[in-house]
Amino acid sequence: MSAASADLLKLLFGTLCVLVLATFIGRVLRAYVAPDRSNPGIENLNARIDAWWGMAALLGLAFLAGKTGVIVLFALIAFAALREVLTLTTKRAADHWALFGAFFVVLPVQFWLVRDEWYGFYSIFVPVYAFLLLPVVAVLHGDTRDVFIRIAETQWALMICVYCVSHVPALLTLRIEGYEGREVLLIAWLVIVVQISDVLQYTWGKLVGRTKVAPTVSPSKTWEGLVGGVVSASLLGTALYWITPFSPWQALGMALAVTLMGFFGGLVLSAIKRDRGVKDWGHLIAGHGGFIDRMDSVVFAAPIFFHLVRYFWSVV
Amino acid sequence: MDKLTTAARAFAAKTMGHAIVFFAWLVTAVRGIWEGCEPVPVQRVYFANHTSNGDFVLIWTALPSRLRRRTRAVAAADYWLTNGWRSFIGRDVFNTVLIYRGEEGRDVNPMEKILEAVDAGDSLIIFPEGKRNMDPDVPLLPLKSGIYNISSQRDEVEMVPVWIENLNRVLPKGKLVPVPLLCTVSFGTPMRVRPDESREAFLERASSALLALKPATGPQATSGEAPEGSA
Repeated sequence: MSAASADLLKLLFGTLCVLVLATFIGRVLRAYVAPDRSNPGIENLNARIDAWWGMAALLGLAFLAGKTGVIVLFALIAFAALREVLTLTTKRAADHWALFGAFFVVLPVQFWLVRDEWYGFYSIFVPVYAFLLLPVVAVLHGDTRDVFIRIAETQWALMICVYCVSHVPALLTLRIEGYEGREVLLIAWLVIVVQISDVLQYTWGKLVGRTKVAPTVSPSKTWEGLVGGVVSASLLGTALYWITPFSPWQALGMALAVTLMGFFGGLVLSAIKRDRGVKDWGHLIAGHGGFIDRMDSVVFAAPIFFHLVRYFWSVV
Repeated sequence: MDKLTTAARAFAAKTMGHAIVFFAWLVTAVRGIWEGCEPVPVQRVYFANHTSNGDFVLIWTALPSRLRRRTRAVAAADYWLTNGWRSFIGRDVFNTVLIYRGEEGRDVNPMEKILEAVDAGDSLIIFPEGKRNMDPDVPLLPLKSGIYNISSQRDEVEMVPVWIENLNRVLPKGKLVPVPLLCTVSFGTPMRVRPDESREAFLERASSALLALKPATGPQATSGEAPEGSA
């Protein structure tokens, strides 16, 4: 067994233990507080934990399936996320072919370029080619009403859901001296640290949260939750330095960067939900809402993480 | 041999039905929101807004499978009988109640065929606007009298308002390929014609019940208006 898969199995085992413990706590809480399932908070907690089992299993399977598995999984996530965001954007019948192109040309091409490890193209494909050409498709129909908003919102959706999400599997294309063959662990580290940070921000916020960070944007984000979550998740990220190419101090710095970006992602995407009058982006992940509700932090953290690692560590 | 053909056709229709429902779900992840009633097997006439040819497929997909078998859409024969493929989908797969909208080609009064299906115990899906609404600035066209006639003649049947949101953006008129977007189907509170209620009053009430189900979410209205004479 290679070192990477041994580490991966340790991580999967650790995740399994955490999930078993969480499930146990959730069920005990239900049994003591409201065995008739009448407490919505506890029911939501249990639904969230159950969904975590599914998400962890999917990610674990993709990791074991290797590069193609990871790319296909994140392409599907990008599809579901793009569908959620474009549902809420301004559009008219004239946008039909541009939107079709976003789903069935831009999205697959972007992930194909990542698979091809063509950094020079996948890092500019959406911000240059899609950015300039999709509005042409929309404008050729001659309908100018709201056209500035329409093309801007479509492009923003593509950047978030396709471009940013593709930077998670793009981590596999980095080449780090002495870390060959273990790149998948970078993804594992990023996803674990950022997602745990979400969970811990929520938990700290529930326990000691008083001061709201941005009351008009999100009533559930507090300074206490933010600091507690970011610090504790960063300590976990430091403790997991042995699966990364980082030293413990470097791991701490990286973890601070990605957890903060994750917080910003949650904040920005909450503001957009508020503007469009929805509570969740979708409904497909029971207890959590939509794919964007779960991925907002990873989406913001992934490209920054990718470029930090690439600049300081990668040889390509 | 005929028996075999019939069985094969029935099997093909069933498989096709599952495939269409799965495809509709893949594109729209449609979610039924039961605001005013529960998804239980009582006889109902679901009346819905109509913006897309896929409307009844979407309602069908949003229904639990045990309700689908006894729920038939009322559809235009002049559309669904124009070729063998459409006729297979309309008749075999969805078992629609086919009626003629215009005067020509009519063999029976449409209302007779609808009441016949009601008396057989089936639930119905009907689009009382009479045709697809193509104007994005008008949420609902004036309703035709069909739903009043059904309810006043069969007052035991629950008339359920249904709002389909977003499907017209998934598949606008004249487009052959869908764009994946989330859709919802909201089911409202069952209603009936009240004693002494006039046709106009009932249709007015049905119309506001439909509009009340329209989600307030989505893209914000802008004042963007293309200036006259510029292009």
